[in-house]
Amino acid sequence: MTPTANETRSVVVEREIPYAPEKIWRALTQPHLIAEWLMKNDFQPVVGHGFSLRADWGAVDCRVQAVEPNKTLSYTWAAYGLESVVTWTLTPTGTGTRLRMEQSGFSADQQQAYQGAKHGWQQFFANLEQVLARAD
Amino acid sequence: MQAIANEVFKALADPTRRAIFERLARDGAQTVRALTDRAGVSQPAVSKHLRILKTAKLVEDRRDGRETHYSAQPLALAPIRDWMSVYGAFWNDRFDDLESLLKRMDP
Repeated sequence: MTPTANETRSVVVEREIPYAPEKIWRALTQPHLIAEWLMKNDFQPVVGHGFSLRADWGAVDCRVQAVEPNKTLSYTWAAYGLESVVTWTLTPTGTGTRLRMEQSGFSADQQQAYQGAKHGWQQFFANLEQVLARAD
Repeated sequence: MQAIANEVFKALADPTRRAIFERLARDGAQTVRALTDRAGVSQPAVSKHLRILKTAKLVEDRRDGRETHYSAQPLALAPIRDWMSVYGAFWNDRFDDLESLLKRMDP
């Protein structure tokens, strides 16, 4: 898979928000606040901490990968046997913060998760487009 | 729609099943026997994998005399193709809720 193709497997949402990074950071890292905009959780801003996000439709298993207060936060996001990584980046602007969320589908970590497996998801996704192209 | 998406993800979460599905998609319809020769697992195991793939509508079977031929149904992959667009909508909604929370929070 080429790096370009890999990028297309990410979801990026970016917004300018009229509040300081410190305030947004609280909303991203305090469990009772996370519950208000994302899901119920047992999050802790500690690298290696495993937590789950729970909703009516099911649960997402997560593990904290990086914590840099008021700047960046990332955690793995596993649902339906698919593991992705969610990374939050906070950049101060003159009037508030540029908040960026990237959910990348299948990173190097994912390769590792399926090490030894005959076919990893990453390879599967590389083939998926070809398979669908033939089906049309 | 959600139910079948779950079946598709579950079916393909297993590397052996992904390998079987890819092989059918690449090489065309095959019998259990032909698949077993290359799968590295027993015939009953392959049959079980095929049943799970069939439940997710990822493979179809066609009986021909004493043999059953299995073929891939690539269009059944649509839920996976839609996965990223679903998450795009999901995160946009979450950003809306986050912004509304920030308005309500103490400074």
